This record gives sequence, C-alpha cells and structure tokens, in this order.
Amino acid sequence: MKKERKKNLYTLAVWTWSWVATMALATFGPKYIWDDHTVLTVLAISVNFVHGILMIFANRKFFNNLDELQRKIHLESLALTLGLAIVVGLSYSLLDVTNLINFDADISNLVIFIGLTYLVLVTINSRRYT
Amino acid sequence: MKNKLKVLRAEHSYTQEDLAEFIGVSRQTINAIEKGKFDPSLPTAFRISRIFKLPIEAIFTFEET
Repeated sequence: MKKERKKNLYTLAVWTWSWVATMALATFGPKYIWDDHTVLTVLAISVNFVHGILMIFANRKFFNNLDELQRKIHLESLALTLGLAIVVGLSYSLLDVTNLINFDADISNLVIFIGLTYLVLVTINSRRYT
Repeated sequence: MKNKLKVLRAEHSYTQEDLAEFIGVSRQTINAIEKGKFDPSLPTAFRISRIFKLPIEAIFTFEET
C-alpha cells in the first residue's frame, strides 16, 4: 500500500513537471524558438493540453489511493482553496475592472495564489491531525 | 469517539507502523485515531476489531455530546 502510494506520487510528480515544461515550451517557444510559426504553436498548445489531462488522471489515481484521513485533509484543503480562489479571484478581477489597480489582472497570479494556498492548507490540516 | 486502541496495541506489542500496515492506512491515521482526533470509518473499525479479535464496541465508545 505504502509502495503503491509512493509510486502514484512519483507518477503525479512526473506528469506535473512535464505539464509545466510543455507549458513553458508553448509560452516561450513561439517567440524564442520557432518564430511564431502557427502550426508549431498549435502543436505545442495541444501537447500541453494532453499533458494537463494526463496530470489530472494521475492526480485522481493518487487521490483515490489515499487513506480516509489523508483524503479528509486534502478534501478540506481543496474546499477552502476553491472558495478562496473564487472570492479572491473575483475581487482581483473587480479591482482591474474598476481601474483601482494600474495593471491588468493576470490569471497566472491567481494560479500561483491557488497553488500556495493549497500547499499552506495541506500543511496546516496535516498538523491538526498529528 | 473514545477508544482503547493505544492500550490494545501496546498489549500486542504492535507499533503504529505495524498496525497501519495491517489495516492498510497511514501511520498518521493510526496516531490520529489513538489521540481521538479522527474517527475511523466503519470498514476501518471492523478491520481493527478483527485484528484484536474483539467486537467494535469493546474498542470504540460513542460519547454523547
């Protein structure tokens, strides 16, 4: 069981990193590698999309292999992260729409916020049950 | 719920790691159950009772709030 959990975590890590790598390629490739070639750009975005889907499946497998307490910890963290992402994300968007911030609200900022929030909440929840 | 898991585990000379392995959960889960921070699901409670050859109610006691 422990071995399988480690294997699932390793698989998830591999797909996450490959998704991040293909995201970087799709972002910087058109400008620095293939000089805005449309076909190559579409191909890079498609590859990134497929890697993203595979990462989701790896995450589901990892989640389904957790025991009941670990699942509770992750579920509570996910619920709070989702709520915060919606509330903070919409407030951030409102700040942009009403011109209260002098830059465009970028979705990447929200993604960073979601990642960090989830990480912090999993750490806090894990400590609660230790 | 209150439980006698820690006492039973000590009587059988099992470590938390051993018990976790028998039941198929993490050591953290065993620790949380022993400390009363987490109530196990019914299947897990059955597995625990089977390991110690005791009925569930002899291990876990429901506390009215």
